[in-house]
Amino acid sequence: MSPIHGLKIAVPRGALFEGTVDLLAALGLDTDELRANDRKLLFEDIGVITMRPSDVPTYVEAGAADLGVTGKDVLLEQLGHAPNEHGRDVYELLDLGFGRCTMVMASKAGPDPAVESLRRLGVMRVATKYPRIAARHLEETGRQGEIVEVKGSVELAPLTGMVDAIVDLTATGTTLRENNLVVREEIVVCTARLIANPVAHKLKAAQIDALLGQLRGLPAASA
Amino acid sequence: MIHPIPSGTRDVLPQETGEVRAITDTLRTAFDRHGYGEIYTPALEYESVLARADMAEAQPAYRVFDETGVVLALRSDMTVPIARVVATRYASSEPPLRFCYFAHCYRGVRPQRGQLRELLQAGIELIGSPAPEGTAEALTVLCRSLDAVGLKDYRVGMGDASLFPALMASLQVREPVRHGLLEALVWRDFVELGQRLHDAGLDGEAADLLLDVPQRRGGPELLTDAPEPAVEAVTGMRRVYELLDPDVAERVIFDLGLIRNIGYYTGAVFEVYDPALGAPIGGGGRYDELLGRFGRQLPAVGFALDVDQLHQALAGEERGTGLLLAGSADGAGGGALS
Repeated sequence: MSPIHGLKIAVPRGALFEGTVDLLAALGLDTDELRANDRKLLFEDIGVITMRPSDVPTYVEAGAADLGVTGKDVLLEQLGHAPNEHGRDVYELLDLGFGRCTMVMASKAGPDPAVESLRRLGVMRVATKYPRIAARHLEETGRQGEIVEVKGSVELAPLTGMVDAIVDLTATGTTLRENNLVVREEIVVCTARLIANPVAHKLKAAQIDALLGQLRGLPAASA
Repeated sequence: MIHPIPSGTRDVLPQETGEVRAITDTLRTAFDRHGYGEIYTPALEYESVLARADMAEAQPAYRVFDETGVVLALRSDMTVPIARVVATRYASSEPPLRFCYFAHCYRGVRPQRGQLRELLQAGIELIGSPAPEGTAEALTVLCRSLDAVGLKDYRVGMGDASLFPALMASLQVREPVRHGLLEALVWRDFVELGQRLHDAGLDGEAADLLLDVPQRRGGPELLTDAPEPAVEAVTGMRRVYELLDPDVAERVIFDLGLIRNIGYYTGAVFEVYDPALGAPIGGGGRYDELLGRFGRQLPAVGFALDVDQLHQALAGEERGTGLLLAGSADGAGGGALS
């Protein structure tokens, strides 16, 4: 078994893993070991490295992988896309369609505590794992906010009264509902994206385009 | 005692200095052989003078007040200071003028990303020599210099800064939409570009072209089947290509989507890639309107190499451990480092 078109691909562990591996299998890659061994990180014979989704842009930008799959949420958080923000320097080539989630702002059910805070205190406190997306959303909607970055379960933060609202990714809304939180605003819909290293994109143009052509031919890809 | 220095700056100790010096000495000899005279300019300039150029993302990031309250800025590249020098000190000299430099430039960084605030650039500016001859000369000096330092597997990507704007104009993309499309291209985000085309209500064929053309890159065959609206820019590229010696021409890859994050480029733009490094080693292009902003209307072209990146690429090639390489050790040895 050899890598697809000789390309090295960064594959995210976690929620996007199944979709990504299905895609690689559909392209003809032997993914048996990849599926079977969830402790191994480097699958040299098939040109795959695995890592957490938020590390994918880092490896791809450095050129440790030619291509990678990660969520739009990760790219938005790391890429910047605002004036004078120098983001990760990677190409975003294709919307792969799977792993669909929505970035939302949510707060406790009932009268929105964020609205009251804004009215009386002039700022709202927002907990999130996505500080840049949250800050940008507040800025774009003309509200003053204080961003509290947390690493674990964000839902806890408004329930303890530490913050007025959260910005987080939700697929079904179940976790939010179970914690008595309601979605107040939908910020952006996120899906899995195929990204490329900028140098590989030029020096391995034919191989990358061949893979893109194959991907566009698959029924699963939305683009 | 440990006394810190600002992140993104470095002390360079004798071993490294020796290796870097070997590279810059070789480059200097190569630039000199092509008739490029080395110049120095102050690291500090008047902010109001540097602001005459459109630097886009590479604007000066550090400013100080002098003793009279005037704002000074640390230069973020050498092209703008040299444009100033030409307008000021060579106001009536007969073009073309050829300059080279080895100079530190200063850029803003994002924390924790290993970006440099202070970077050493080696480059040339060829002033008063229009396309295609001037562009071909700059590309030739670029390749001969990289050959001289012993870089083996590099390629030079060439595009044209006017191509996408021309494409949008001829496909009658409405003015307010254009900026957003260009922005998506600068972000290297083709998904967003597709989305913005869709949102702008552009119809099938025009949208397909605007999404497809900037993704075209490859050999000279790319230039023969370019769509009508891109013909002018592509013809410009072909004229340059036809002037190149075979050993320079074989290094060139065409990239119809190449955009640099500096605003003053007007025509051909290029970037240097090496499989041993995940980021470009340098780049440049034509800036036919920049000199005019300083009062002397002359076409110009130039390039700058990031010396540290070049050093890394050379070391990577030598060790055969380049990130984008297959990991084989053949192709080791040689060059300015040995």
